[in-house]
Formats: sequence, structure tokens, C-alpha cells
Amino acid sequence: MSIVEFRNVTKRFGANTVLDGISLGIDAGEVVVIVGPSGSGKSTLLRCINALETIEGGDIIVDGLSVRGKPAQVRLLRREAGMVFQQFNLFPQLTALENVMFGPLHTRAVPRDEAHEQARALLARVGLAERENHYPGQLSGGQQQRVAIARALAIKPKLMLFDEPTSALDPELRHEVLKVMQDVAETGMTMVVVTHEMEFARKVGSRLLFMDGGRIAEDGNPEELLTRPSSQRLRDFLQHVS
Amino acid sequence: MVFDWASIWAAWPDLMAGSWMTLKITALGLLGGSVIGGLFGIVVTYVHVPVNRRNAAWVVAFVAVLGLALHFAGGALAAVPGGVLAAVLLAAAALLLWRFPQWIGRSVSIFAQIFILLIRGTPIVVQVMFIYFALPLLVNLRIDGFTAAIFTLMINSGAYIAEIVRAGLQSVPKGLHEAGLAMGLPFHKIMAFIVGPVALRRMIPTMGNQCIISLKDSSLFIVIGVAELTRQGQEIIATNFRAVEIWGTVAVIYLMMTGCIALVLKVVEHKTRIA
Repeated sequence: MSIVEFRNVTKRFGANTVLDGISLGIDAGEVVVIVGPSGSGKSTLLRCINALETIEGGDIIVDGLSVRGKPAQVRLLRREAGMVFQQFNLFPQLTALENVMFGPLHTRAVPRDEAHEQARALLARVGLAERENHYPGQLSGGQQQRVAIARALAIKPKLMLFDEPTSALDPELRHEVLKVMQDVAETGMTMVVVTHEMEFARKVGSRLLFMDGGRIAEDGNPEELLTRPSSQRLRDFLQHVS
Repeated sequence: MVFDWASIWAAWPDLMAGSWMTLKITALGLLGGSVIGGLFGIVVTYVHVPVNRRNAAWVVAFVAVLGLALHFAGGALAAVPGGVLAAVLLAAAALLLWRFPQWIGRSVSIFAQIFILLIRGTPIVVQVMFIYFALPLLVNLRIDGFTAAIFTLMINSGAYIAEIVRAGLQSVPKGLHEAGLAMGLPFHKIMAFIVGPVALRRMIPTMGNQCIISLKDSSLFIVIGVAELTRQGQEIIATNFRAVEIWGTVAVIYLMMTGCIALVLKVVEHKTRIA
């Protein structure tokens, strides 16, 4: 059974149709990489999964819950999906450790000691054990994004959403974030990743979606699609990114 | 001219009483103003009421009905005790909103915006005289000078603080709000633990401004005879004619009070700075 299911989803911004009748099932354990030109709707598709964007038509079911449910149900759904943003969005008034503890304390009512232990373990896992008392402003972009991944993992989600996680980073800082994402993928986590990193798609992705004009133009094995792109549009796109 | 220190010592107890009154009015006024401003600021920021013909028509119709009601029922209203009238109006509003809960956000937002427009758009002296002298004639609501002063400062600072709060909230990157939403947090927790703490820090300098302005504005309540510091000074001079000594002392006392506010806020700003 799919953990995320899009049923004929349409999304408009004014007169502009951003998602044009998307139907898609994502199974538990898949690492789905979404690529496409800017404005193709890939970020919007990701943000619809945890209802950061509302949809006009169709429905999305995440772990049995609809994104069109009542606010309380939408909050439950969001707790099943950890999100990592392009701009990190760490809470600037809290240390790295407090950022990671925040979700468990406020959404899952985990006892403080337990949240503390778990947060330290997660920071160690993303290689930032010695930075736990630093504020976001004292960390590099790559370090901030790794804290953000730990923060998203801390609420024990069933899937992880990554919205261009390396696009705001200098090239030499990207690999440290991609490495952590690969580690997360190797634990069997379901992941949906919007990115321009074709190497990551090829190495870590189990499925590649190519979006164009609000539709899924290609859907298949990353290795195959990237090595032998079947459509002219995908060939054009790959020429531009690599 | 000989500077007469003795006149200051003689006036000192009255000046201290006036200072104490000024502090009470300012503190209570700002406290109430912060509650009003906090609530209205949050609502105006997050409940969007589009400025379009339909909403404008609603506002115009509401004001017209209110004006007509006052015009025709004005005389009769003056016979009803003010408290009763206020209770009836509040009950009617509460009943309407209880019946139509989907109107609450937008009604409060429209009310807040009209409130801000009215209060920022009129001088505080006119406001306090309206409340103290005109309200009793209009709706039979008589309040003493002290209460009128506090109430005026509350609504006056409330309108400005609402805009300070809005500016503070809007200055916080939207991504922080989204990060809270993505965790599955409800709005009040996002406000209390994520956006609020960041916005509050950014509001400190402008809130300091508002505290100082409100304290000095309380001197304008001289017009309704409240025995605050400026009024005390004026009354002392009326008997001893020592303008230099008394106004000089009054100015220094104000300066010390505003100086304390500035100092306290500097310390708060320093202590809460994010590394």
C-alpha cells in the first residue's frame, strides 16, 4: 500500500495551473527524486504532501489521512512527514540541541530527559555532536542544514520531504548534506527529494520523476532515465543542468 | 533672578505625588495598551481582509447605521445608564459571533483596522476630552479623571502597539512559521514558541519609543484636571510664581523617568540578544 497517494490533484495560483491532474503513489521505503525546470511544479507537489499548499481538486492521502481533513487531522498528518527546507529555517533563538528537541517536546509530549538524549544522538548521527550548544547564526550553511535534518528526524516521521536542500549552499558544503541524506536513505526511510543533484538521484534515488508544465512527464528508474533519456524534453533538461 | 531652592523643597511632596500619579497612569495605560495592541496586531497580521469594494461597502454601511442610530436615538440613549448600554451592545455582538463563528476573525480584523485608523488619526487631547466630557452627554457614561486618563492611554497606545506588533511579526521570515506548521504545531504554539520570541526581540526598540511617548503624553491629561506631574507643576506655580525652579524640576523628573525606561530596555535588549 502506498504511504503517499495523489489522486488526480490540481493546484492553481490564480489563473496559473501549477499541478495539472497529478496521480501518483509512493511506497514505503522508496527514495523518490523529483527534477524538472523551474516553474514545473516540483516544489509545489512536495509542499502539497504536508498541506503547506492547499489543493483545488483531487485528494492526497498520507498514511491514511487526507490533506483536506480538519485542521487537527492535518496536524497529525504533518507529524508523519518531516520537512527540510531550502533555507534551513532553524529557530534562531534556540541552540542546535534545542532546535532538535523542539518537535518532540511540543508535538509528541516526550519527557525532557528523553528528548535531550534523543537530540544528542541525532546530532551525533549528522556529525555535529560538538556543535550542540551553538546557535544557528554560529553555524555554516551545511551545518545548519544537517541540524535541520536532525530536527525533522526527531519527530520520528514515517517519511521525509526535502525541498531543494542543497540549493542555498556553496558547492563544497553540499556533499556533507548529501552524505547525511544518503545515510538517512540507507535506514530505509521513505524520502521525497526535490533537487538538481543528478549524482544524488543516480546513486541514492530508487525512482525519478521528471516534471514539466505541472505534469509528471517521466517516471522510472533514475539510472535508466538519466543514462538513456527517452524523451526530447528530458534530454534538453539534462543538457541544461549538467 | 535668584534661583530659589527652597521653593523646590516646599513643592517636593506635591511633585512626588504628581510623579506617582503619572507613573500609575502610564504603567496601567501601557499594560492595557499592550493587551489591546498584542491581540489586534496578531489578528490584523494573520487575518487577511482584502481591501475591495464589497468590504468597503460593509464598513460604510456599518458606520452609516451607527451614525443614524446615534442621530435618532441619541437623546433616548442618554437616559440609559452607560454600563447597561455597553452590556447590551457587547451581548448582541457576542450572540452574533456565537451564531456565526466564521465571522469572528474577519470582524475582529475589520474592527481593529477601523480602531487603529480612528485612534492614530485623532490627537490624544481630543480623545481624552471626548471620553471625559462628551461621553457623559452622549450615552450617560460618567467616569472620573483618573480612569479616563488610563482608558485614553490604553486605547491610544494600543493602536500604536498593534502596528508595532504587526511590523514585528511581518519582519520574521515566513520560513520559521512554515517550519512550525510542518512539525504539526497549532497556530498558538507557533506564536508562543517560534515567531513570538523572535518578533518580541525585534520590537524592543520601538516599544521603548512607545513607552517614552506614552509617559510624556500623559502630561496632556492636564486638560481634564488629573493631578499628574505637569498638572501639579502648574498648580504650584499658580501660587508661588517660581516658573524656572518648578518647570525645571518637572522637566528633570520626566527626564529621569524616561531615562529609566531607556536604560531598562537597553538591558533587556542586551540580555535577550541571540548569539
